[in-house]
Amino acid sequence: MPLTPVATHGSESKEREYVWTLNFGPQHPATHTTLRLVLTLDGEKVLQAVPYIGYLHSGFEKLGEHLDFNQYVTIADRMNYLSPLANEIAWHHSVEKLLGIELTPRCKYLRTILAELMRLHDHLLNLGTTALDLGGFTAFLYFFQQREHIYDIVELASGQRFHTSYTRVGGVLFDVNTDWVNRVRKFIQNFPPVYEEVNRLLTKNRIFVDRTQGIGYLSREDAINLSATGPVARASGVERDLRRDDPYLAYNELDFDVICSTGGDCYARYLVRMQEMLESLRILEQAIENIPSGPVNIDVDSDMVLPPKPSVYRSIEGLIQHFEMIMPNRSHDVPREEVYAATESPNGELGFYIVGNNESRAWRARTRPPSFIHFAMFPHMIRDHQLSDVVAVLGSLNIIAAELDR
Amino acid sequence: MVSLEELQSRFGEEIREKTFRDNRFIDVSSGVLLDVLSGLKADFGFSMLIDITAIDWLDYEGATDRFSVVYLLLNVETGERLTIRTAVNLPDPQLPSVCALWMSADWLEREVYDMFGISFSDHPDLRRILMPEEFAAFPLRKDYPLKGRGERHNFPVITRSEG
Repeated sequence: MPLTPVATHGSESKEREYVWTLNFGPQHPATHTTLRLVLTLDGEKVLQAVPYIGYLHSGFEKLGEHLDFNQYVTIADRMNYLSPLANEIAWHHSVEKLLGIELTPRCKYLRTILAELMRLHDHLLNLGTTALDLGGFTAFLYFFQQREHIYDIVELASGQRFHTSYTRVGGVLFDVNTDWVNRVRKFIQNFPPVYEEVNRLLTKNRIFVDRTQGIGYLSREDAINLSATGPVARASGVERDLRRDDPYLAYNELDFDVICSTGGDCYARYLVRMQEMLESLRILEQAIENIPSGPVNIDVDSDMVLPPKPSVYRSIEGLIQHFEMIMPNRSHDVPREEVYAATESPNGELGFYIVGNNESRAWRARTRPPSFIHFAMFPHMIRDHQLSDVVAVLGSLNIIAAELDR
Repeated sequence: MVSLEELQSRFGEEIREKTFRDNRFIDVSSGVLLDVLSGLKADFGFSMLIDITAIDWLDYEGATDRFSVVYLLLNVETGERLTIRTAVNLPDPQLPSVCALWMSADWLEREVYDMFGISFSDHPDLRRILMPEEFAAFPLRKDYPLKGRGERHNFPVITRSEG
């Protein structure tokens, strides 16, 4: 990709000959994915950072116009691959809003549990790798072991560890059983000791605190002006959490606190994510003990949901229903309207803007990607910091290139 | 909640409102767009720009304009949301940039430009963002095929010695 002169480069940097340029990425271990930054440095001080993105662009939004509402879930969960199910839930949340579907209580609780597991999943990797980039290897291993348990839980529910493609319009692929519920219970029991260990390793660790405190400061005004959401905004004192402010799924029946900080630096974002994990655990504890019984999918007669597989294979009615749902011109009754719905994904507000057009695929499937919007504020946050702070700020923003580039 | 009458009395009578589910859509013409957005930000508390996106209406039944550009706004204090839509048409789809109001509009407008070819006047740095600089088409337009026009096969191959 040829570089064209960037308008934002100050002319002053040309006069100072000792200023040098460093190409950071797109293949660099500390970027974790394919991010590229062109840094203008004065010694080790960053004068300017210009991100170049698009290396992972794969036309997700174009594909969204060609795949139907159930098929696109396989694309949606490849966006933020640290928390695939959170993307699926966000996608079908928007689709169900467009179609006017009210989920069953069991499905609401099930999706809430999965969404919170995904929040843990995402924060565990983010905090682990942030510590890894700053020289702390142990926390990463401790946290990654807990991620393995979440992988197992997700696998038991959906048959897939990573790209689960578990949600469907009006419900989920399979219902869960008591074995699964016990797994989640066991995870909730085993998690706090590990969390405490990492808490002791990092939170008051002199090196970790020195590397993150006062680094990458984002004021409340800037956070709002730069459209920050999620932990990044809450660490800068923006008290917003869609789970509380715009409740969806079962969140209005559950008791939890919104974690905020006024620090605005990398350390504040670390603390917010750490505390959020405890709140997620609290939500999990309540939700797992209160899963309602009953069907997990909405009624098949609504012509909105795929019929269960036993009925497809063993009865002609089920087979016809399945066929009708699969045919693009005969399935969902889609209004010719536009809709935007958002969920609080681990990374921030993840929303989908969908335009319907009488067929079971979207006319336009726009993703509001939190990584994209958070990466846009990176040059603003890194200015006048040291080169070694680049990885600290990148880690605290939790940029996922697949979601960034889509 | 902002009432339609307030908006109409301030920004002109041709402002239209529509509600679907809990989304409120305000349709404005591109001429008053900047006035409406800056007014909403300054006087009605819509301090956060959630997203900017566009829709190509080519061959959509009943559509009169080629593109819509959509601004999703949020009032951080009250949680109220508002969707501002405006129409643009070929051959010269252009809108005023809102980068002066929200810094986050920079990349969002670049993405709309990259994907739809809608340009934003007074944008500080309007370049392609996701596609390569030399890419000629606008991929999210409806007349651009899903499989592309062979760009992928014609990508220049840079060997190690040249790179």
